[in-house]
This record gives sequence, C-alpha cells and structure tokens, in this order.
Amino acid sequence: MPSDLIAGIVAGLLVAATPLILAALGELVVEKSGVLNLGVEGMMVIGAYAGFAAKVGTGSYGLAFTTAILAGAAMGLLFGVLTQQLLSNQVASGLALTLFGLGLSALFGAKSTGLTAGAFPRLDALGLPGRFASGTDVIMLATLALVFAVAYFLERTRAGLVLRAVGENHDAAHAIGYPVVAVRMAALAFGGGMAGLGGAYLSLVQTPFWVERMTAGRGWIALALVVFAAWQPFRVLAGALLFGGITILQLHSQGFGLKIDAQILSMLPYLATIAVLIVMSRQGRVGSSSRRLRAPQSLGKVFTGTA
Amino acid sequence: MIDRRNLLGAVAGVVALAAGVTAATAQTPPLKVGFVYVGPIGDHGWSYQHHQGLLAVKKEFGDKVETTYVENVPEGPDAERVIDQLASQGHKLIITTSFGFMNPTVKVAAKYPDVKFEHMTGFKQADNLATANIRFYVGRYIAGILAAKASKTGMIGYIGSFPIPEVVMGINATYLGAKSVNPNIKMKIIWVSTWFDPGKESDAAKALADQGVDIIMQHTDSPAPVKFAEERKIFAVGQASDMKSFGPNAILTSIIDDWNGYYISRVKAVLGSTWKTGDTWGGLNTGMLAMGAYGPGVSADAKALADAAKDKISKGELHPFTGPLKKQDGTEFLKAGEKIADKDLAGMNYYVEGIEGALPK
Repeated sequence: MPSDLIAGIVAGLLVAATPLILAALGELVVEKSGVLNLGVEGMMVIGAYAGFAAKVGTGSYGLAFTTAILAGAAMGLLFGVLTQQLLSNQVASGLALTLFGLGLSALFGAKSTGLTAGAFPRLDALGLPGRFASGTDVIMLATLALVFAVAYFLERTRAGLVLRAVGENHDAAHAIGYPVVAVRMAALAFGGGMAGLGGAYLSLVQTPFWVERMTAGRGWIALALVVFAAWQPFRVLAGALLFGGITILQLHSQGFGLKIDAQILSMLPYLATIAVLIVMSRQGRVGSSSRRLRAPQSLGKVFTGTA
Repeated sequence: MIDRRNLLGAVAGVVALAAGVTAATAQTPPLKVGFVYVGPIGDHGWSYQHHQGLLAVKKEFGDKVETTYVENVPEGPDAERVIDQLASQGHKLIITTSFGFMNPTVKVAAKYPDVKFEHMTGFKQADNLATANIRFYVGRYIAGILAAKASKTGMIGYIGSFPIPEVVMGINATYLGAKSVNPNIKMKIIWVSTWFDPGKESDAAKALADQGVDIIMQHTDSPAPVKFAEERKIFAVGQASDMKSFGPNAILTSIIDDWNGYYISRVKAVLGSTWKTGDTWGGLNTGMLAMGAYGPGVSADAKALADAAKDKISKGELHPFTGPLKKQDGTEFLKAGEKIADKDLAGMNYYVEGIEGALPK
C-alpha cells in the first residue's frame, strides 16, 4: 500500500473517532460522579447546531467551539436541575433530553440547512507536509491530550478523588461533608460541554455543514463506549479508535473489493460491547476480587441528601 | 348551581352544538392526506423533495385538503404502526415515500380498503395501493457520461445505501453511461448501510478519494459527499435535490426528483373520485426527473454528449439498458437491440458486466 493511502486511512480513523472520544469522555466523568445521563445524543446535536450557527454568524472558529461547549453544558445543567434538584428519574430524563435536543436543534436549524461554514484548517495549514497532516487538525490533537488530562484528574487529583467518592457512595460522601449535588452539577456541565464539542466537530470539521439529526446515533455509541471502557479513560480512547478504525477499514476494504460483509464489520463494535458487559457482570459479582471493571456504585441512584 | 339534571342538559346542549358544527362542516370535509418520510424534511435530499410535494399539494388545493406528515420513520415494524395510525385517524390518502415501507404499506392497505395508498419506489400494488417511481437511472446514465468525461484518474466512486433494485439499477446505469464515453472506466462502490448519516457518508467519500477516485456519486440522502468533494477539489453529482450550494465547483449536475406534479394529480383524482391503482414511472419527459444545471467542471464536449443522450432518451430513441448486455457473471440478460422491461428493472439484483466487486446480498 502506498504511504499516502495508509496516512489517509489513519487520519480518517482519527476523524471518525474524535467526536466519539469527546462525548464518551464527558459521559465517563458524569457516570464516575454517579449520574447516568442518556441524553448524550441530544447534547451532541445541540452542540453541532450551536457551533455551526455561531460560525456562520461570527466567522470565528474559537467562538463557534466555545458556543458549542456552552450550549452542551447548558443541556447538561438542564438535566442536572431535573435529576439532582427535582429528583426526577435519570433514565427517563436522559431520553427526554435526547428527544428535546433533536427537536430543538431541528426547529432552530431549519433555516441553516444549506448554508456553509467553510473548511476547517487542517495541520497542513501549519506547513506540515503529507496526506496525514491534511487530514488531521488541532481539535483532534486536543482531544487526545484531553484523554490524558481526564485520566490524570480522576486518578491523581484530590478533586477527582472526591468526584469518584460521590459516585461510589453519595451518602457516605455527603456524611463527611462533600457537596454531592454541586459535584454532580459540575460533572454534568463538563459532560455536556464535551458532547457539545463532539457535535460541533461533526458539523464544523468532519462534514462540515448542518443538517438536522446529523449526529445519527453517535451519542448512543459514546454511551456504549463508556461501558465498553469499564469507566477508564484510556479504554475509551482504545474503544473509540477501534470503533472508528473498523468503520474506516470496512469502507476501505469495500473500495478495494475485499469480500468481507460490510454488515458483519459494522456489527463488531457492538458485539465487543456485549462481550465486555458479560465479562463485567461476572467480575462485578459479590465476592469477586476484581473491582476494576465495576460500575460506580451510586450510578443512576437518586440522592435525597437526607441520609 | 349545577345539579345533575342541569348538567345532563348542559351536556346534551354541547353534544347538539358539536353535532351542529360537524353538520356544518360536513358539506366540505377536507381530504386528509398523510405523508410518511424516512428521513428528516431538512435532509436537503430525498425527504426534502417529497416534502416539497406536500407543500405543492397544500398550495394547489388550499382548504380542500388537510395534510399531515410524519418524518424520520424507520423502515420496519414502526412504519406499520405509523401508517396504521394515519389510516385510523381518518386520512383518506396516505403516501409512503421509501422503498422499505413497501410491506408495511401493503399490510395496512389490506386493512383499510376505503383508504387510498401511494407507495414510492416499490413494486407491490393492490386495488387501493398504487406505486410510483422516477426513472432515476436515466439521470444516473447522463451523470455517468459527465463523470467519465470529467475524471482524470478514470475511476468513479459510488456511495450506496442498501443493495435494493432502485440503487443497483442506478449503479448499473451510471456504469453504462460512463462506459459509453470511456470503455476503460472503473467504478469503486462502497455500501454504508444507511440512507442518512452525514458523518459516515463523508467518511466513505474520503475513503474513495484516498483510493484514487476523482468523482463521487452517491445514493444516500445527505449532501455530505458533495461537500467533501468540494473540499478535496474533486467532482460530485448531487442526489435527489439540487445540491449545488454544497459544492459550487465540485458539482457536475444533480439528479433532481420532482414529485409535486404526481402528488397533485393523485390528490385531484381522490377528490374527483377518479383514483385508480397503477404503477407510474416518471422520467425526463413527464418532468418528474430533472437535471441540475451543469457545473464549471463540465467541458463543452461532455455537455454536448450529455445533452444528446438526454434528448434521445426524452424522445424514446435511447434506453440506457439496451442489449446486448451481460450480467457480471457473463450471462446475457438482454439480446442485441432489446430494451429492458420495467418489471425487470424493478427487480434488478445484479451488476452488469464490467463492474468489479460483489453485490452484497
């Protein structure tokens, strides 16, 4: 294979993986704090629209990505108000958030369909040569750095420890004086912001234009990735690269005329997720020595603050 | 004070009033027309064009019709539920606009014999179920000519959704059109297993370009591949609606579906009680198929060839599927001079000879 083609495949893989890494990383932090937000798809699509609209309106990518992050964070906080302040059911609220996001972005976005936001500068604009540089961008690099940052935050900082404590046992964390609700609201804002950024990557870098429902299920894949990764940032990265890699490789294998069924390849990431779930459910049982592959113990539970 | 007797009287009064209102409007009850779309109306492609048809019906008939649409309906059991719901809500004409709605539409049509159904691009009819299709393959044949003339690498990339006859005949027609001007033309085909996923469509276009194609054609519904071609400075063909705004330099032409006239005529038939089942195939000559303006990448030579083909096809002098033609495996399916029958087109499940790669089952 010519090196240009390999570089193209690797760059394509990273492009496909970036929105997944962003959204999954955000959701990972949210779930680590003990909240299950199924509204990732809704937050992503809002980010995709908000970022696109801001770019068309202001012409600035900086403002566009900031707007997308803020819009996603606002969605995350809305979910927080519903589930942390008003104590509504997290699963139902998350599904509602997805429907709300899809509907709201379609409503506002109807007039933006068909507009163009221009091409996002790739690394070759910095003078780097080759097909790889022409297919990669700064957001992608920042995303990779963010994986390390989140892992460091969760495992090596006091704030990360508090966040995990809140997610493992919110009553105990509350009893020793940690602000459970505030920690969770902050996590939700972060999760929403990352989902919004992932959506904006799709509408400003990957495609780049806006059409309603353009996230096409990536929010759900991000949710599956968090489980697949057993709540560990580097596994999120691996899972997203695997998923993006399989998507891109199966497209390329078809172009080369290899006789592998596209449908079977498309199924692989989901099969892998199911396999991981089975392994986890075995290891997570009472008396099992391995606690590493376990969901945060307070995940999805309602915190009333009275215990 | 409202006691029980008064209350009963009040209820009776309301019922009477309601009956009166119904009687008053019963003189001209609007015809309820329901549309079922597979994608969002904002896809700027397939569903968008069908929705233009709905708007045209509304404009044409005003108060005489009441339109409803349901978008983003998945092809499967959910479609049956949606269609059934429209029928039970009193819609007398229901238009379902994706190939995958065929069996659900057939099922619901059997349940509601007094409701008229129209299914787009399927091949199963009933007394109250008509089908219609556009000869997209004609547009693709012409686009194939333009693509082969514009390509420097001699390779056309094609993004397929699902291997159904409508898509397969489009690929074959593209190849035949391209081959008619460049016998050495090659096609690379990638199936993405979705009608609408801008990110994946864009990834597929990128994979094709990385493998050396310089023309992107698509049978998926978002403008993402056209947008990608514009960025990569290669060429593309718009699908379903005019996608020029997404790639002013990249676009060679668009294959534009125009359902407006057909929908208006079918609504008129129901209003006038002259509706009959049937199978309509619209093309260039009926205006259901239109070609977008040629883009800057189309040479004068290519323009002349495409216009000539367009003209001959409109007049019925040329059919893209004219024998001798062989299937990919070498068996002949059309003898010399023979033109394919519509029913064979509607069931086409093989590549023509010269296309490489296996057709997924």
